[in-house]
Amino acid sequence: MAKKTYRQAINEAIAQEMRRDHRVIVMGEDNAGGAGAPGESDAWGGVLGVTKGLQPEFGPDRVLDTPISESAFIGAAAGAAATGLRPVAELMFVDFMGVCFDQIFNQAAKFRYMFGGKAVTPLVVRTMYGAGLRAASQHSQCLYPIFTHIPGLKVVLPSTPYEAKGLMIQAIRDDDPVIFFEHKALYDETGDVPDESYTIPFGEANLTREGGDVTIVAFGRMVGFANQAADELKREGIGVTVIDPRTTSPLDTETILDSVGETGRLVVVDEAHPRCSMAADIARLVAEEAFGALKSPIRTITPPHTPVPFSPALEDLYIPSAVHIRDVARSLVKA
Amino acid sequence: MQHSRQFLLDSYRSMATIRRFEDRVHDEFATGKIPGFVHLYAGEEASAVGVCSHLDDRDVIASTHRGHGHCIAKGCDVVAMMKEIYGRRDGACGGKGGSMHIADLSRGMLGANGIVGGGPPLICGAALTAKYLKTGGVAVAFVGDGGSNQGTTLESYNLAKVWNLPVIFVVEDNGYAESTASAWSVGGSQLGRAKGFGMPGVEVDGFDFFAVHDAAREPIERARNGGGPSLMHVRLTRFYGHFEGDAMTYRAQGEVTKLRAGHDSLQIFRGKVTQAGVLSGEDLDVVEADVAKLIDDAVSRSEAAAMPTEADLLTDVYVRY
Ligand SMILES: Cc1ncc(C[n+]2csc(CCOP(=O)(O)OP(=O)(O)O)c2C)c(N)n1
Ligand SMILES: [Mg+2]
Repeated sequence: MAKKTYRQAINEAIAQEMRRDHRVIVMGEDNAGGAGAPGESDAWGGVLGVTKGLQPEFGPDRVLDTPISESAFIGAAAGAAATGLRPVAELMFVDFMGVCFDQIFNQAAKFRYMFGGKAVTPLVVRTMYGAGLRAASQHSQCLYPIFTHIPGLKVVLPSTPYEAKGLMIQAIRDDDPVIFFEHKALYDETGDVPDESYTIPFGEANLTREGGDVTIVAFGRMVGFANQAADELKREGIGVTVIDPRTTSPLDTETILDSVGETGRLVVVDEAHPRCSMAADIARLVAEEAFGALKSPIRTITPPHTPVPFSPALEDLYIPSAVHIRDVARSLVKA
Repeated sequence: MQHSRQFLLDSYRSMATIRRFEDRVHDEFATGKIPGFVHLYAGEEASAVGVCSHLDDRDVIASTHRGHGHCIAKGCDVVAMMKEIYGRRDGACGGKGGSMHIADLSRGMLGANGIVGGGPPLICGAALTAKYLKTGGVAVAFVGDGGSNQGTTLESYNLAKVWNLPVIFVVEDNGYAESTASAWSVGGSQLGRAKGFGMPGVEVDGFDFFAVHDAAREPIERARNGGGPSLMHVRLTRFYGHFEGDAMTYRAQGEVTKLRAGHDSLQIFRGKVTQAGVLSGEDLDVVEADVAKLIDDAVSRSEAAAMPTEADLLTDVYVRY
């Protein structure tokens, strides 16, 4: 199987869907780039190059650059979705949701419900999230718990290039609004990605490691860190199951509960702020539904309740680490 | 030329400090010493300094992601700024903000901003404070051509007008928002927009300090005297990429070289003041040498300064919690 980056996997998924369905369009700031400028066209292909090459292949009618007017173009994507197109709109950094959230959570998310089940809104909002690039407080947040909180939205967090492609194709074919979270520190990660088109269904978790002593549920970039921790613990004789839910909405609760039923121990790793987070959500789920199976308290690993710091010295302390995950998981088993 | 020697020397010093600061950050970024996203203001000096040279401690400005120039023009400490860009503990924001968030409220600098269009609403608030407390202060929002298309900016035009706030919106049109040309992205025109909101507007050559300074006088006086908001459309260019690392393939071949040769605000300033015989080339060289020392010092002190530590991780989120 071909090795591809996370960036290439997303690009390929969008391109394949655009070839398949002429109603799929792409829009966002500098998604091609160079609009009206004297130099190259398709100059950027997105701020980190994810949509590069789409405009040359599909033309400016299907790959639209936008002014810096998120409220207007994210809303336009929602309106276009409700009236027959399948837009893949880019909110460059999820931190910019503050500018356009109404169009997402009051409009797109609620059409189907408010209109009595008569609307479909096949909208994908691609957005970059996460810490690690020294991008400071307004360009490093996770915020996916906020979207997960909203009924009507589906929320996707690919952890590898393979998941990125399959989940993106699913997102584009899905008839509900999907918020597709791309971790900015994963774009250059490589992995096996089939050339042909495939989908990964929403609400189906992936077990990336299997072991009998402790369950780690991790999201997005944290899946890789949890895998590292699991591999180290395996060498110490501790068996770890790592669960990547892949989507936070819908959430595969069954896989999580089954695993905790077997291991009796749970660690949740979430890069979002700790309050009202996925960590808190999964802890609640297991405390309510699998309390009897627990052999030890549930542990959550998150950054502290602070904005993301700029200084590398602080940001490195802020982000959960594989070492910390390993130590916490080990402490549950050794307790 | 009716300006005093001191005023001219101060203005040149401010512009030269911005240029030297940005050139140096560019060089140091290339060596990998500076982390994160950095947007440089080199080429746009005449705008920040032309406007801010009318302002005093009562006045507040809000900046953009391209904020270093506005900070320097409003009197922020250059060493503290450099330390902040290096992520150091005694940087202007304790290393927590970085390049995109340098602020100094004690100097009326309400912050650079990572959110395009974040500044104009805030500046309406600063103007409201000035009006309510009768400080005599005005508030200036610097906005890019790209930022001029943000709803927050257009709503602020309207709010400033209907509340009759002492605001000056300075649209710094450097021709691009990231790789997108302002000729493409801006519907209508900046002056047309000002007119639409009932504000006086003026278009200015942003390469010429004197043009900017002269054009800013009336809007600032009007705002101070209760006459409400105005808009300035300043045309200029940036000498570097959108951010450090941008290959600028969307610009024309030789575009920057040509602009550097014919539209360098420092050179234009030098030409005007020496021609008028108010300052000599040597006067300006002395300023340049001084500024070079200041920036060298800022960099070496930044490199030597301590990083924040774990004890700093949880602080500054709330006043009390
Ligand atoms: C709300 C929001 N949208 C998009 C961005 C990404 N972004 C940062 S700077 C920029 C271009 C800004 O262009 P302009 O306002 O002309 O300022 P310039 O960079 O030219 O100084 C963009 C799109 C952002 N930071 N915030
Ligand atoms: Mg611009």
